[in-house]
Amino acid sequence: MKANPKDVRTGVFYIDGDVAAAEGALAAGCKFLGGYPITPSTEAAEAFARRAPQVGAMFIQMEDELGSIATVMGASLSGQKAMTITSGPGFSLMMETIGFGAMLEIPFVIINIQRSGPSTGLPTRTGQADMMQARWGSHGEYEVITLSPDSPQESFDFTIKAFNLAEKYRAPVMLMSDECVGHMTEKVEIPEADKIDLEPRRLYKGPKDKYIPFKPDKDLVPPMVKAGEGYRLYLSPLSHDQRGHPLLSQKSTTRRIVDKIRLNADDIIETKEDGLDDAEVVVVSYGITSRVAYRAIEQARKSGIKVGIFRLITVWPFPDKRITELAKRVKGFVVPEINYGQIVFEVERCVHGNANVVLVPHGGGWVHNPDDILGAIKQIMKAKKRYEGIFEYKTELEKLIFGSGVQKK
Amino acid sequence: MKNVKHPMDFYLRMDRMPHIWCTGCGIGLTATAFVAAMEKAKLDTNKVCVVSGIGCTGRFAGYIKLDSFHTTHGRAIPFATGLKLANPELKVVVVSGDGDLISIGGNHFIHAARRNIDMVVICVNNFIYAMTGGQVAPTTPLTAYTTTSPYGNFEPPSNIPQIAESSGAVYVARWTALHIRRLTNSIFEALNKPGFTVVEVISPCAQYYSRINRLGDGLDMMKFYHENSQIKHWEPTDNLYIDYQKEIIVGKFVDRERPTYSESYKKWLAE
Repeated sequence: MKANPKDVRTGVFYIDGDVAAAEGALAAGCKFLGGYPITPSTEAAEAFARRAPQVGAMFIQMEDELGSIATVMGASLSGQKAMTITSGPGFSLMMETIGFGAMLEIPFVIINIQRSGPSTGLPTRTGQADMMQARWGSHGEYEVITLSPDSPQESFDFTIKAFNLAEKYRAPVMLMSDECVGHMTEKVEIPEADKIDLEPRRLYKGPKDKYIPFKPDKDLVPPMVKAGEGYRLYLSPLSHDQRGHPLLSQKSTTRRIVDKIRLNADDIIETKEDGLDDAEVVVVSYGITSRVAYRAIEQARKSGIKVGIFRLITVWPFPDKRITELAKRVKGFVVPEINYGQIVFEVERCVHGNANVVLVPHGGGWVHNPDDILGAIKQIMKAKKRYEGIFEYKTELEKLIFGSGVQKK
Repeated sequence: MKNVKHPMDFYLRMDRMPHIWCTGCGIGLTATAFVAAMEKAKLDTNKVCVVSGIGCTGRFAGYIKLDSFHTTHGRAIPFATGLKLANPELKVVVVSGDGDLISIGGNHFIHAARRNIDMVVICVNNFIYAMTGGQVAPTTPLTAYTTTSPYGNFEPPSNIPQIAESSGAVYVARWTALHIRRLTNSIFEALNKPGFTVVEVISPCAQYYSRINRLGDGLDMMKFYHENSQIKHWEPTDNLYIDYQKEIIVGKFVDRERPTYSESYKKWLAE
């Protein structure tokens, strides 16, 4: 299915990542945004609100984030592609309903323009500390898909991809952007509608009386119907059987909402690799951090160290297999992230003790200094053993604040 | 007898029976009134959605054979808002409890009324959190005992019709569960009225509220509420506080016209 030309603002623009994400949503055919203003995501909601009447989309500013995410659930079940846009504190408030959406297998997209926390933190500054929350934030067991853009162009592209994945897998999909990408203004090329592929909703096509709401297809994803078409749907967030009826048993559909992502992970996972053929050190990064990493890699290559980049486009599901494979032939991994260590532990898990792992932490507010990533690369080159554990690199800033020295975790 | 169908079968999920509600609970009567009102209203049943939150009344959606949704605690109204705005052809009915709609979902109640979103809200008020075992609710009358107000409740309760009116609801009525005919009529009127309409149903909790306050069985309570209620249509809503085991004023208090959210939106779009 191709995008509708009415929804796509084809052209070359100089816009920020927030606005690009809103344009991406509209191009993907999103017709509903339930939002609540929160810095640094407001530009995205504003852009959507401006364009919504032109394309027959609905924007409503709800009374809070609890409400805005709940409207998204209703709108999606009414048959429209729907999303919400938020940041840290709002994202926290949405957690319960994210679990609800996962349980009822509602396709929806959340754009999280991450800022620094905890709590109010640094509202106007960048952060990447919601990565684990994105996966584990709601109680109970479920799986999500997240995408991390590093530019306004990717904000546009990945928002479309997010809607496609949401429709394909009937799962929560999150665009885990950040303040830096959100407020970065760059060239964004919006292609013509016939160049944009969209995943249509998996609509049930059989006889009306034979419809079983949670009976999956071969890929473990069940087809859907819209509310108001006479199917007499009953959807409940209680653990349920295929008919949707509450079931106090392990036979409920909960296992499948985990499996449908895990078992399809190879189809979902997207990464970008650069210079890994001869690399001795691999920088694993995602979002804005990968752009800083490129600078460090350039410098390292100039000084003769063979470094490559492994960029996570989908942080969740995590590309375990590839990292395990790389660990067998490289000296180590450097993981810069704007938090005190989240994805680094995933990397360490996949390394299976075959290579060193160094975290380059950042408390948030700014992006890394490339020299710190370079320093961590050099630290790996100096390592005496194949595996000495997981290290935290003391950045220049940290040294300034907390004194010098490399600390073993 | 096997082939005899109950006249309300069309609207009920008979494969989900028996229901979970206790003997003497008023939620079943509310369901009866709702179904009777639906039959009378002759709406396109394919286009009617029932949304419930969490709690005893939260289970309402599970027994009504329309497109029905059981949502999270407090979020029935915003969920229904999303359904309605994404497909304005739908008729959306929210049926939930006092804790769900007025406590955890209170903010949504106020703002949906302010926006005047086309929605019928049936609030079953049993003065207590029953599903969780009888804890104090924002509607628990002063001095009443609950498991978390073991020395009697000292917090003044919410007055649901007053909140509804002052927030902008266009139709507000209150009945006890035993006023079946009048309740049916009010739900029927609410279904036919564009905008945010609220019907409060005073229901006995024959288990938790009754046991701790020694109020007898469900029928005793139902009769007590019915006999101690006074019909006062158009009563100013600030007079509608409910005191413990005292007179309950019931009736239709508000029936007014305000442009609905959809009407305002269309008008604004045209301009």
